[in-house]
Amino acid sequence: MDNVITADNLSLSYKDFETIISKATFSIQSGSFVFITGASGSGKSTLLKSFYGAIEPRQGSLIVGGVKMNRISTSKLNFLRRHIGIVFQDYKLIKEWTIEKNVMLPLIISGYTGDVSGAQVQKLLGHVKLSHQAGKYPPELSGGEQQRVAMARALAHNPILILADEPTGNLDDYSSSVIWNLLEGANTQLKTTVVVVTHHIPDGLSIPYKHYHIEFGTINEIA
Amino acid sequence: MKSLKNHFSLIIALFTVLASVQIYVAVDRTIAAYESHLKNDYSVIVVANKALTQQEFKSMSSMVDRTEPISTNQVLERLKGEMSPKNLELLKLTLPKFFRLYLNRFPTPREINQLQTKLEKNPAIQRVEGFSQTHDTVYKLMLLFKDVVQIFSMAIAAVTSLLILKEMRLWQFQHADRMSIMALFGAPVWLRSAVLFRLAIVDAIIATLILCLAFFLIDYYGFLTAQLKTIGISVELFNFVNDALRSLAIALGISVALTFTIVMFQHEEE
Repeated sequence: MDNVITADNLSLSYKDFETIISKATFSIQSGSFVFITGASGSGKSTLLKSFYGAIEPRQGSLIVGGVKMNRISTSKLNFLRRHIGIVFQDYKLIKEWTIEKNVMLPLIISGYTGDVSGAQVQKLLGHVKLSHQAGKYPPELSGGEQQRVAMARALAHNPILILADEPTGNLDDYSSSVIWNLLEGANTQLKTTVVVVTHHIPDGLSIPYKHYHIEFGTINEIA
Repeated sequence: MKSLKNHFSLIIALFTVLASVQIYVAVDRTIAAYESHLKNDYSVIVVANKALTQQEFKSMSSMVDRTEPISTNQVLERLKGEMSPKNLELLKLTLPKFFRLYLNRFPTPREINQLQTKLEKNPAIQRVEGFSQTHDTVYKLMLLFKDVVQIFSMAIAAVTSLLILKEMRLWQFQHADRMSIMALFGAPVWLRSAVLFRLAIVDAIIATLILCLAFFLIDYYGFLTAQLKTIGISVELFNFVNDALRSLAIALGISVALTFTIVMFQHEEE
């Protein structure tokens, strides 16, 4: 099976500050479900950021979806991001847009219009149990509901890779279960690779997964 | 309300630029109309030792529009009682011929001098009077007025462009969240900045409409037109097709170009 992410001697740091990830070598196979855990400040979110090009490798190489992330051009980065779905801990929804339009964002960017995107958005809003909130704006929704919208948005364009940073960090049990079910569903049914950064791996997951743990800047696979 | 205030800032700045350009255009037209008015009154006097035809004058200079001989009969009439008819006839034969030359445009002082030189080259012409002293003063005053308006318009355009740039930076800041989220999902620069371009285009159209309305009111109440008529000038201060289109092109050009500048600047920073 192909690798979606390949890191070779990868080191990450913010400008000239201390190295956060040091000489990491690992790979994530296409269609796998991966958890990255670690203590606060261990660098797990930084590692996730490097997967979508928000931070460039300082040393070593990183290849995501066949695209080399070292000194990546803006157009290549945009192209890659159009094939990735990202879920952030702070949701990152556009406040001035309705829920429906927020979910539609990746489709708008990819150039889908009208009925195709409308039907896809309605289907996803149904999956996250928010069809009745389609016309509302993010500030009118609870944190859990907003995260479910962000989840629907991440799935809207059928990405090859979903990156989730603490997706259930501040959520109630119901919203958390909806999010995990969707991530599991995307992985099992659509064969989408899922990488989740979290403090705790949820109990009762029905799918096989890989687990990497970050400690003192090094990444170790937990058997 | 805050958003409306931001729109007003850009609309007013754009309107100021458009108004200053239109004022310059109107002054230019007024001066052109005044030049035409002066041209009709202005003529060069030529004294020659023989009768010259209009064609002969035209062949000397392409500026000559038409000529008119000045009759000497009035002078000779006055001398009738003091001279014998024989002497009077002799005087009539020896008197030089006077001509008034009308030009096809209002000449610059330099053109008057060139015309004088050209005419004086003809051996039949004894003297040319261009009244350049009087002409000079009027013409230079007009040019000075035009230059002052031009400099004033350019200064306004420069200052307001800086204000527009500042305003657009504020817009960019206001929409920074949305633009960064769109960037995370791979939106190209033009798509992320579409909201800024849309605002710039809408405000440019509104500013042009306000300018049209302002000049429509000036035209409707006619106080400026009445003032110009007192000095014999009739001029169209604002053409609702050509001037409106030009103003729209300027407003769109400025706002879109400045938006493009800040978007590219932001892109470089990223």
